[in-house]
Amino acid sequence: MELLSNLGLGFSVALTPLSLFLAVVGCFMGTIIGALPGLGPSNGVAILIPLSFSLGLDATSALVLLTSVYYGAMYGGRISSILLNIPGDEPALMTTLDGYPMAKAGRAGDALVLSGVASFVGGFFATIGLMVLAPLLARAAYFFGPSEYFALYLLAFTTLGGITSKNQAKALIAACIGLGIAMIGLDNTTGMPRFTFGNLHLMDGVDFLVAIVGLFAIAEVFFFIESHGLNSAIGVKVDKVTIPLRDIIKSGWTMARSTVIGFLAGVLPGAGASLGSFMAYAAEKSIAGPSGSFGKGDPRGIAAPEAGNNAAAAGALVPMLTLGVPGSGTTAVLLALLMTLNITPGPTLFADKPEVVWGLIASLFIANVVLLIMNVPMVKIFVKILSVPAWVLLPGVTMISFVGIYSLTGSYFDLLLMIAFGAAGYFLRKLEVPTVPIIMGILLGGHMEDSLRRSMVISGGDWTHLFNSSISIGLWVAAIGGLVAPLFLRRLVKRPVPHAMDLED
Amino acid sequence: MNFTRLLALGTSALISLGASQAMATECIAPANAGGGWDFTCRQVGKILYDLKLVPNPVQVTNMAGAGGGLAFSNVVNERNTDDDLIVAASSATTTRLAQNAFGGATADQVRFVGAIGADPGVIVVAKDSPWQNLTDMVEAIKADPASVTFAGGSAAGGFDHMKPLQILKKAGFDDVRAIKYIGVDGGADAITQTIGGHTQAMTGDMSEIIGFIKSGDVRVLAVMTNERVPGFEDIPTAKEQGFDVIAVNWRGLYVPKGISDDAFTMWASKLQAVADSAEWQEVMKSNGLAPFTLVGNDFQSWVDGVIAETTELSKEIGVIQ
Repeated sequence: MELLSNLGLGFSVALTPLSLFLAVVGCFMGTIIGALPGLGPSNGVAILIPLSFSLGLDATSALVLLTSVYYGAMYGGRISSILLNIPGDEPALMTTLDGYPMAKAGRAGDALVLSGVASFVGGFFATIGLMVLAPLLARAAYFFGPSEYFALYLLAFTTLGGITSKNQAKALIAACIGLGIAMIGLDNTTGMPRFTFGNLHLMDGVDFLVAIVGLFAIAEVFFFIESHGLNSAIGVKVDKVTIPLRDIIKSGWTMARSTVIGFLAGVLPGAGASLGSFMAYAAEKSIAGPSGSFGKGDPRGIAAPEAGNNAAAAGALVPMLTLGVPGSGTTAVLLALLMTLNITPGPTLFADKPEVVWGLIASLFIANVVLLIMNVPMVKIFVKILSVPAWVLLPGVTMISFVGIYSLTGSYFDLLLMIAFGAAGYFLRKLEVPTVPIIMGILLGGHMEDSLRRSMVISGGDWTHLFNSSISIGLWVAAIGGLVAPLFLRRLVKRPVPHAMDLED
Repeated sequence: MNFTRLLALGTSALISLGASQAMATECIAPANAGGGWDFTCRQVGKILYDLKLVPNPVQVTNMAGAGGGLAFSNVVNERNTDDDLIVAASSATTTRLAQNAFGGATADQVRFVGAIGADPGVIVVAKDSPWQNLTDMVEAIKADPASVTFAGGSAAGGFDHMKPLQILKKAGFDDVRAIKYIGVDGGADAITQTIGGHTQAMTGDMSEIIGFIKSGDVRVLAVMTNERVPGFEDIPTAKEQGFDVIAVNWRGLYVPKGISDDAFTMWASKLQAVADSAEWQEVMKSNGLAPFTLVGNDFQSWVDGVIAETTELSKEIGVIQ
């Protein structure tokens, strides 16, 4: 009951006309920021912080605006993943795998609605999870030391093989390229720069947004030029937007499982939304086994990462609010906003400033409902933005990519790097090397290496430290299981039925 | 909704972020919005304008990269005579300069104009730790250095790493390389690792642990200031426990080297006025900063001393040759 009265307090703070207006504006802007390649949730929120100051918003209103943008961007990222095969931001990476094939098969509208619903399910139920479990889950972060994190990232990497089904060896090569890129920059454990060649611009390492925009958006431009617009991802048609009830019902359990996985991945500091969508996809793919058509446009392959990344977005707020530890890049920016508003997140925040916490939670619910309305019945608006003729759209995408990447650090160096990634992406695609594992390597490789090195510092080089708790042993078992199980499954199911999905559809 | 309008939106957001008005004072925060440097620029800039010390609102430019190195080289190479430019700095700036982490740039290429507050350094343990004071901790490390790991928010060799090393050196323990330290992603992460029992102690800034002090999850063994910090009078200083180490993460500014002495003195006195203002006192209180005002040439020579000390310690732990 206390929960309900707290929530009532939250809604009384968040349900004012001004807040509602800000929520609608924030959701709309967030969706667009998310949909545009190069502009992700973290720069969307960062750009809006000065705006919320100059508008003179109070703490709650500023929070409503920025969380709406945050959630909006999480929803919006999928639109360009599905329609252009360019992830709008890093958590939407996995959505390209099945979203674009589905759009190419003429079901773009279905894919958009399904992913919108999945985003809502993930976001909504994870917000309930945040509300009910936050004080309990705050302690979860205490159980994760370096060795546990290492095992967690290892688990993510062992399922990598399953992500791209065509050629495992090429996927492995791609992952290694990503891991190599992740090594660039200042090494935390020794304080030494690595592979920077004395260049200050490389000290912070390679930003994965630069890599994503280069490998996907800029590479797409090169393909477009080469083929004179034929054989390019740009220009998928969306005719009618209907509600694909069958797909939604069929992926119900997928959404439920992915919400749980995503939420838990979000709760752990450092992992964030990308890990949530990644692990949700990998889990669903292995559950579906050979009966699924993952990678070729399976609806569950869209529902899983979208439910997963939106759930992770809510989950990432748990350590931010209860410990002051940001669970992702965007929550780091939100944390900074709270500090500027003289609100210090930490173990006592729920008791000290209930109106802020519950106002935030209420505004998350409002944002989710607004976004569901915007992204399902009104999705055509956003589709229109992306379905202008290719000769208009492509220069626009290119321009926004440049603007977005430039706004990251304000340095031309990142633009050159982005173009280099674009050229690399073009050749890699010609060689049929998948680019998703490269991004995964960059995203997770640095964290994984840091965890291993920290664990070795603590134990003085004793590798048995990696199995020192039941959590890490459990994660190791799951990781090894994830690596070995497919081999056995393949033997059990002697002849996989590749076209099973076609029959069902 | 048309596409050009979107483009206009994106570009105008960028322009408002990046460009500065010709007449206005510019404050460069060498990091993204939200960090400590951004905080310094925004708060100092606001007070400068509120007190009418500058004619126009101060324009804050975020120039992130290389831990402040990009902004530093930009100021040195392109803005060396700009009177209307101030740049946010802190202990991290001088530590990196001392360790030659800015690609060959040196501290004497700019002028450090003043500090107007400081985040006191702290050594913190979980509430169930056997150590009640700094001496307990030092004895435990002397007995078995391998049994203790510190967690901090900076990379190895950074400011957080230096704090326990300085204390142990004062205690006569010279084998600083034997002291184990892991650099995690920020102070909150470091305190979480320590409460979780993965590391034995956390080294960081006061502002990073205020929430945990209030909740009673941690015990602060020492604060590394001259005197006890107002509002936290029950926390002993390292000095009074017999370890005379002052380590504060000061918040201040540097200006380009090429400006006139008059301009330098003018900025120093303006900064002094900000430090004395009631508004700044309020900001410090709500952000866990302790008073620490040092401007002009006094500050410059203090900075020089700190850099020399950091260079020496960095050589000992092998961060630099």
